[in-house]
Amino acid sequence: MSKPQAAERINDFVIKLANVNGTGSASANSLLMKSIFRMGVPVVGKNFFPSNIQGLPTWYEIRLSRDGHISRSGDVDIMVAMNAETYGRDLAEVSPGGVLIYDSTWPRSQELIREDVTILGMPLAKMCNENFDGVRGRILMKNVAYVGALVALLNIELDIIKDLLSETFSSKPRLAEANMKAIQLGYDYALEHFQCPLPLRVSRMDKTAGHIMIDGNSAAALGCLYAGATVGAWYPITPSTSLMDAFRTFCDQYRTDEETGERRFCVVQAEDELAAIGMVLGANWMGARAFTPTSGPGVSLMSEFIGYGYYAEVPAVIFDVQRVGPSTGMPTRTQQCDILLAAYCSHGDTRHPVLFPADPHECFEMAVKAFDLAERLQTPVFVLSDLDIGMNDWMCPKLEWDDAYRWDRGKVLGREELEKMDHFWRYHDADGDGIPYRTLPGVHPRGAYFTRGSGHNARGAYTEDSDEYREVMDRLTRKFATAAELVPGPVTIGNGRSDAAVLSVGSCDGAVREALSILSAEGVNLSYMRVRAFPFSAEVQAFLDRHERVFVVEQNRDAQLRTLLIAETRVDPGKLVPVLHYDGLPIGSDCVVGAIREAMATGAAA
Amino acid sequence: MSYMRKPKIVHPGLKKNALGLTRRDYEGAMSTLCAGCGHDSITAGIIQACFELSVEPHRVAKVSGIGCSSKTPAYFLSASHGFNAVHGRMPAVATGANAANPDLYYIGVSGDGDSLSIGLGQFCHAMRRNLDMLYIIENNGVYGLTKGQFSASADVGTKAKKGETNEQPPIDPVLTALALGSTFVARSFSGDKEQLVPLIKAGLKHKGFALIDVLSPCVTFNDHEDSTKSYAFTRQHYHPALEADFVQPADEIMADYDAGAAIEIDLHDGSRIMLRKTAPDYDAQNRGLAFAYIKDKLRLGEYLTGLLFVDEDGRDMHAVNQTVSQPLNSLDWDAVCPGSSAMPGILSRYS
Ligand SMILES: Cc1ncc(C[n+]2csc(CCOP(=O)(O)OP(=O)(O)O)c2C)c(N)n1
Ligand code: SF4
Ligand SMILES: [Mg+2]
Repeated sequence: MSKPQAAERINDFVIKLANVNGTGSASANSLLMKSIFRMGVPVVGKNFFPSNIQGLPTWYEIRLSRDGHISRSGDVDIMVAMNAETYGRDLAEVSPGGVLIYDSTWPRSQELIREDVTILGMPLAKMCNENFDGVRGRILMKNVAYVGALVALLNIELDIIKDLLSETFSSKPRLAEANMKAIQLGYDYALEHFQCPLPLRVSRMDKTAGHIMIDGNSAAALGCLYAGATVGAWYPITPSTSLMDAFRTFCDQYRTDEETGERRFCVVQAEDELAAIGMVLGANWMGARAFTPTSGPGVSLMSEFIGYGYYAEVPAVIFDVQRVGPSTGMPTRTQQCDILLAAYCSHGDTRHPVLFPADPHECFEMAVKAFDLAERLQTPVFVLSDLDIGMNDWMCPKLEWDDAYRWDRGKVLGREELEKMDHFWRYHDADGDGIPYRTLPGVHPRGAYFTRGSGHNARGAYTEDSDEYREVMDRLTRKFATAAELVPGPVTIGNGRSDAAVLSVGSCDGAVREALSILSAEGVNLSYMRVRAFPFSAEVQAFLDRHERVFVVEQNRDAQLRTLLIAETRVDPGKLVPVLHYDGLPIGSDCVVGAIREAMATGAAA
Repeated sequence: MSYMRKPKIVHPGLKKNALGLTRRDYEGAMSTLCAGCGHDSITAGIIQACFELSVEPHRVAKVSGIGCSSKTPAYFLSASHGFNAVHGRMPAVATGANAANPDLYYIGVSGDGDSLSIGLGQFCHAMRRNLDMLYIIENNGVYGLTKGQFSASADVGTKAKKGETNEQPPIDPVLTALALGSTFVARSFSGDKEQLVPLIKAGLKHKGFALIDVLSPCVTFNDHEDSTKSYAFTRQHYHPALEADFVQPADEIMADYDAGAAIEIDLHDGSRIMLRKTAPDYDAQNRGLAFAYIKDKLRLGEYLTGLLFVDEDGRDMHAVNQTVSQPLNSLDWDAVCPGSSAMPGILSRYS
C-alpha cells in the first residue's frame, strides 16, 4: 500500500485525541500538552467534552504552533482514536497525509480504511491488561500508554515526561511509577513497531520561556485572591464551577492561618443563584469585596437583584463564564451569547459595566480591575469570560503582581469624616461625576441610611415624586458616562486602510489575529480593534468613524456586540458587517478569513 | 410621607438607658401602615427591646424583603443601616452581610408571603446555616401590600374578606423551623408586648438563628369574622406554653421565681433567659418533643406561644467556616493580598 508521504512538519500541526469521558483521559492529554510546552513549543489545548459524567465521547485537541497562533486551525493531522463509537467520524476528520493511532486489541471494521492516512494500530488494552491490575487502573493506563507512543513518534524528550510525572505525583510516588511504566510501554512499542519519529514532530524551541499554561477560571480566581475579595457566593454551574474551586484552593493556602486554621475568607455555597447574588450584595454593602461566578442561566436568575444593585448602588462582581444558550443550551460548549444580557441585565432602565477578557491573562487583570470599578462606581460589574477561556489551558505570559497596587475602595466616608458632617445624603452628587458617597454599616450613626430598590431621592429617602426620581436616574446616566472613562480601553492594531476594518471581542482575538495575518499575506491589510469593556470609550467611536466598513466578529447568532455598538454609539448600522460563529466550538481563523475574503471580493470596498 | 421626619424633641425627664439614649433615639421614620396594623406594634416592641438592651443603634443592621411588614425597618432605629431587599430574598442579603461582618446585631423583618412563599427556600437555608440573626415574621395570613390574597400561612377553612375559603394546608413557620434545625424558635402575638419584648431581646442575644413568628393582624384585609389571623381569634386561641424572661448580665434575677419552676438558659454574652412553664409537660430544650407537642395542640386548634425551643450550643455559619474573629470587611490589605513574593510559587503548577 502506498501512502502519500507526509511532508516534514516541525512544531506546526494538530493532534486530536478521541476518548470516552470518565476514563481519565484528561490528565493523560494534559500531560502530553505540557510536555510539548516544556519543549518550548507554543501550544493551544481545547477540550470538547459532553455534559455528562461517564460514557460519552470527548475530544481533546492540541495545536502546536511555532508561530504562536492561539486559535483552532480547523485541521487534524494526528488522531488518537480511542473511542470505537466515534472511530468512523474521527478517521474521516484526519487531513490527507495525516496519521491515525488506534487500539488494535480488537479488530476494526474493514470498511473504515483510508488510503491517504497512515494508520498505526497498537494493542493498548492488551498491553495494559498484561501489565496492570484492576479495571480502573487498566483503563487509566491505556491513556498514559498512548501518550508514551506519541512521545516516541513525535520525538518528545522522555525526561520531560518523567519530570512532569514526578511533579504531579510528588506525594504519591507509586502512582508516578505506574504512570512512567505505562509511558515506557507505549514508548517501547512505538519504537519497535513504527517508524519513529514521524515527519510531523516536535523539536525544541525557546518560545514558551516566560509563559505559563493556565485556564481562565484559575486566573480569574487568582485575580479575586489578589484583589482582596473575602466573600464568595455561588451555585455550581458549568463552566464557572472551577473558578470558585480554584479560589478556595488558593485561599486554603494563602488565607488560612497555618496554626489555628482560621480563614480570612468565607465562601458560601448558596441555595441558588438568586441567593448567591443576594449574598454578594449583602457583603459588599458591608464593605467586603465579594463576588459570584456563574453562567448564563445563573445570570437570568440573578437579574432582579442585579437591577437592585444598579439602582441602590451596591458594588458586586459577577463572573459570567458564558456557555451555549438559549435556556440550558449546550452547557459544555462555548459562545459569547450573554453580551446583551450582561449589558442591560434586569427590568427597568439599567446598564452595567462589562469587561471582556480575551485570555486567562486578562481574566486575572480584569478580575482585579472589576473589584476596583465596582467599588469606585458602586455598581455591579460583569466580567464576561466564556467556556473556551475559562476551562481550556492557554499559553500566556506569566502573571505578574505589582506590590505598589492598592485596592480602590471608592468614595466611602469613614468615622472621622462623618463626625465632622452635619448631615449625610447618600445619593447626592457632590463631585459632579455622578458617583455619590457611601457609608458602611456599623461605623457611625450619622452614616445610617436605608438601602432600597424602591424610589428614592438624592438624600436616600423614599420617594414617589417625579422630579426626585428623575434626579437620581439622570445622575445614574452621568455615572455611566464616568464609567466609560474608567473601564479598560480597547486594543487597536495596525494602521490599515480606511475602507474596511475588523472589530471583535474576547476569545475571538486569536482567530482574528491569525486571520489578519493570513489576509495580510494576501495583500489585504486591515486594522483591528478589540473592545475590552462596555460602556464603550471614545476610542471605539473614533475607530468606527474612521472606517467605511467594519467587520464585527463575535460568537453568537444574533450579532449581539453589533447590536450594542448600534445602540451605544453613533455608528451607521449599515457599516457594521456581522461575522458570526455560533456552533459551540471555539471560533477558528478559517471562519473569519472566509467571511472577510468573500465580503471583500463582492463588496464595494474591495 | 415617610421622609418627613418627626422632630425629635427630647424631654429632659425622658428615661435614659445605659448609653444615655432615650427611647426616641431608637425610633425611625413615621409609619405609613394602616392605623391598627399589627406590624406597628412589633415595631414598637423592637424599639423597646433595643432601648432596654442599650444596643448602640449603629451597631444594628436591619434587613427586610418586600411587603407591608418589610417596610417597617424604616420605622425603627433610624441610626441603623437598613437594607430593604427584593421580595423574599432578605436571608441572602443577611447571609452575605453577616459573612462580611458578624459583629453587628442583625434584625430581619419579613412577612408570611415574603418568607413562606417566594422566599421559602432562602428562609430555610438561613436556618440551615444557623445564621446569627434575629428573624421576625410578621404573620397576617395574607399578602397585605398586594391587597389581601391568601398567603401560605393561611389556615384551612379561614375565609378571605371577600368570602373565599382557603382549602390548602398552611406552612407553619414554627414547625418548619423546628424541623430544619433552627436554634431558637418562638411564636408570639403583636398585641402581647409583655411576651414579645423579652423574646426580641433573647432572640437578639441568641448566638445563631432566632425565629420569632409573630401573629400580626392585618386590619384592612384579614381581621374579619371567620379569619384565623384576626385580633379576636388570636386572643382566644393563642396560649403561652411558657413564659420567658430575659435577664441582662448586670440585672439581679427577680425574686419571684419559684425554685425549680424556672429553667435558666445562659446566653453567650452572659445574659440569661428564664423560662417559666405554664404547660407542665412542655420541654423547650427537646426539639422532638417540642415539635410533637406543638403539633398536637395545633390539631386541637390551639396555638402555643412563647419561646418554644432554644439551643445555645449550635455552631453558627462562621464557626463552621472557621472564619477569623476579626470581621472580613475590616481586614488589612496585607492580610488579604499574598503579594508578588507568592506569585512564583503559585505559578509553578502552571509551568
Ligand atoms: C418579584 C415580586 N413579585 C411580586 C411582588 C409583589 N408583592 C409585593 S409585597 C407582596 C406580598 C407581601 O406579603 P407579605 O410578605 O405577607 O407581607 P405583608 O404585606 O402581608 O406584610 C407581593 C406579592 C414583588 N414585589 N416582587
Ligand atoms: S394592608 Fe394590612 S398589613 Fe398592610 S399596612 Fe394595612 S393592615 Fe398592615
Ligand atoms: Mg402577610
